[in-house]
Amino acid sequence: MKIIGLIIVVVTGALLIYAAADFPAWSDPASPASTYLSPHFIEKTMEETSVPNIVTAVLADYRGFDTMFETTVIFSAGVVCFFLLRISRREEEEPETRYYRHVLTGVTIQLKEGYKIPPSDDFERIDAAWTPPDLIIKTGCRILIPFVQLFALYVIAHGHHSPGGGFQGGVILGASIILLAISHDLRTAVRRMSEKLMAILCAVGVFIYAGTGALCLLLKLNFLDYSALAEVLHVDPITARSHGILIVEIGVGIAVMATMIWIYNNVSSAGRYRQGL
Amino acid sequence: MNEQYPALLVVVPLLSALVVSIAGWVNKRLCFPVAVAALGMAAWSAVGLLLRVLDEGVIVYKLGGWSPPMGIAYYIDYLNGLVLPVVSIVALLNLIANKKGIEQQFPDKIGPFYTLYLLMVTGLLGIVVTGDAFNLYVLLEIAALTGYGLLAMGEERAPLATLNYLYMGTIGACFYLLGVGYLYIVTGSLNMVDIARLLPPLYQSNTVLAAFIICMVGVWLKMAFFPLHAWLPNAYTYANSAASSLIAPLVTKVMVYVMIRLMLTIFTTEFVFTTLALSDAVVWLAVIAIVMGAVLALAERNLKKMLTYIVVAEVGYMVGGAWLGNRDGMTGAILHIVNDALMTLCVFMVVGNIVYKVKGYAFEDLKGLFRKMPFTMGALVVGAMSIIGVPPTCGFFSKWYLIVGAISSGHYCFMAALIFSSLVSVVLFFRVFEICFYEPFSNHHGHDNHPGGMDEAPVSMVVPLLVVAVILILVGLYTGDIVNHVIQFAIPEAMV
Amino acid sequence: MTDLISTVIAKYNYWIYITLMMIGLYAMIAKNNLVKKIVGMNIFQTAIILFYVSIGVKKGATIPILEHGHGPDAHHVVHAVDYINPLPHVLMLTAIVVGVATLGVALALAIRIYNNYNTLEEDEILAQIREK
Repeated sequence: MKIIGLIIVVVTGALLIYAAADFPAWSDPASPASTYLSPHFIEKTMEETSVPNIVTAVLADYRGFDTMFETTVIFSAGVVCFFLLRISRREEEEPETRYYRHVLTGVTIQLKEGYKIPPSDDFERIDAAWTPPDLIIKTGCRILIPFVQLFALYVIAHGHHSPGGGFQGGVILGASIILLAISHDLRTAVRRMSEKLMAILCAVGVFIYAGTGALCLLLKLNFLDYSALAEVLHVDPITARSHGILIVEIGVGIAVMATMIWIYNNVSSAGRYRQGL
Repeated sequence: MNEQYPALLVVVPLLSALVVSIAGWVNKRLCFPVAVAALGMAAWSAVGLLLRVLDEGVIVYKLGGWSPPMGIAYYIDYLNGLVLPVVSIVALLNLIANKKGIEQQFPDKIGPFYTLYLLMVTGLLGIVVTGDAFNLYVLLEIAALTGYGLLAMGEERAPLATLNYLYMGTIGACFYLLGVGYLYIVTGSLNMVDIARLLPPLYQSNTVLAAFIICMVGVWLKMAFFPLHAWLPNAYTYANSAASSLIAPLVTKVMVYVMIRLMLTIFTTEFVFTTLALSDAVVWLAVIAIVMGAVLALAERNLKKMLTYIVVAEVGYMVGGAWLGNRDGMTGAILHIVNDALMTLCVFMVVGNIVYKVKGYAFEDLKGLFRKMPFTMGALVVGAMSIIGVPPTCGFFSKWYLIVGAISSGHYCFMAALIFSSLVSVVLFFRVFEICFYEPFSNHHGHDNHPGGMDEAPVSMVVPLLVVAVILILVGLYTGDIVNHVIQFAIPEAMV
Repeated sequence: MTDLISTVIAKYNYWIYITLMMIGLYAMIAKNNLVKKIVGMNIFQTAIILFYVSIGVKKGATIPILEHGHGPDAHHVVHAVDYINPLPHVLMLTAIVVGVATLGVALALAIRIYNNYNTLEEDEILAQIREK
């Protein structure tokens, strides 16, 4: 296999080097890629969409259809991970002894099969392999997480004017919850953001994007033509494009956040939703 | 609403996939009706589009209202106008037929299954309808990712087979993306029609040649063209039957469509057949693909795996036909996309019914099936006839065009390979029929329960199957109309 | 000779992406461990991202965010030469997302395989399959 691999790599590499002979030199301002479409985007974006961040404008408006499917790609990855890994309650064998921890005192109790504790918020379920999270890490993350989330919201909202947008902000939001899962344990994170909520939020996020497009369609313009939203938002069509971009970016943010958490939960615990990693 | 068909075609399955995904957590019974309604709507739009194309010619739909090459546009012409209804109808019939099987296999994961199914169909329809080279890549990945998810749920070996498919599929898609990057670097455009307009002065450039080769290799990997086919048989065999009977008919055929689209629209026939001297080599590869597919199918003692090798051989038919470089060959290839999608659907649905009832698809499990499942086996006979190429089933006519094309371009080996593979198919299917027919009792070694009577699959599985079988014959009978009114216009006039 | 050297230097970005891509491809074909193959796949995808992003670079230009977007200078004339090409960046955002999604699905499959066979070495798995 190694020799076959080497032959394939050499042949492919030779083809790619052969092709590169005709390429324009690095950072050449006269290359076709820089002179054909990009001047239009750079010079007209402001008057056509009123968004100063050209990447955002191209991403969510000129090529907004690509981006909708990009969000769909991440959504489908989330669904695939769930579909492949999640062990349903029916298949999952409940362990013979379950452990509960009294939150205030830290006392752990052990329950044999058939016994239950009265429903109350004082006890939380823990796994057999549970170890108490380190105090420094726990406290550090608790302080850090709100700021991470605040920053994520800034990144989403400020995608029009600075680097950022729905994907980046969504990933940061997701990372804040994953940080909670790493620093405490998976059950703690799932208690905050339940599985069902994540699954529904993924779909809702993509739905906001595709639904905005469909709304334009209902308003008698083409799919994703945000200028149709001018009627609804009571602004001129150019500003409507800018607002449309913000709406879909929020949808993207929600979808990416939820999917990141969902994928992490399923992959890290192999679908069991017990102690992660 | 009429002029919004191109958007509806893709957006309705997408939106309904999201709805189904939520419904899976709220009320599982809603999933199936929503999915059927969405695919019905997609099929309706696809047929509407085909009729409009027949009426008015090429339709351009600008997404987001931006005109190409700035924005993304859909171009619906005679070629994809023909493929779209096929994809949507195959997906719809297969969904209806597999409702029971899906509920039996994944009682807890109905919602995710239908979500992935709808997303897969969205991806495939999007690939066929799009006019933007990069948009095609994104949709390719949607179809691929959901496909991995669907295929991996099956027997014990399914995850490993799917992971191998994932490696190969990712290499294929990345090669395609790299090829698009090469085209972008020399033309600065991503729109297919625009690239075709900018390319002619660059036909001698190394980059364009490399872009073409890389795109082709990528697409061949995805369609399992012979030396690159290794992932296909295992991935399709070990999957659950609902997934394999969706993916086996559609994915390879849609990738053949992409290849023909690259050849006819982006690179144009002038570049592919005049500037390059590759067509002989590719036709020879196709000959090897057909022969090897047939021989490997002969070696199998397992119905589903045998059929997957037939899929590999059929890919050889289409690639070879498209590369013959004449009108008849291309007509045969395009017609075979339609026919092969339908006949592969037919035989894989038969396997689905057999698996539902008998829980197996090895040859030993098939004994006595003509008595037990007469309707299913009747459909298998029609599907087999079509694969062999017996008139009036549709398989005969596309093979006829391919053979005519092979003769007029002087590729007698391709003709010989076609005839050889038809003969092998006769052997393959009559062997299966013999087992199903002449050995009526599977357990005559002292077991007392003799299931002598009929034990057919549920009506909801049999009726769609019979519909497919009837369509196979109808498409055969109306082949002349399809060729004269649609395919004739799909092939550029420069091609003789 | 100096010509050749200057061409090689002028196009150094392409040589880097080709090298990276071939490392990834080799790992995918030749490695025995399934997760190493997944790592190779990621390198392979990243190489293509590097290729696209390097197309977008333009000498003497800055990131494609207009400086005088709002305020008194809002109608300031924009020159295309001052900003780099935004399109490859947009395309690669999509490709990055696709890469992440593929990685997630591949790892999920690897977990399933590990649950079935208790190993991720391909030859050991194939030996187990042959035994059955």
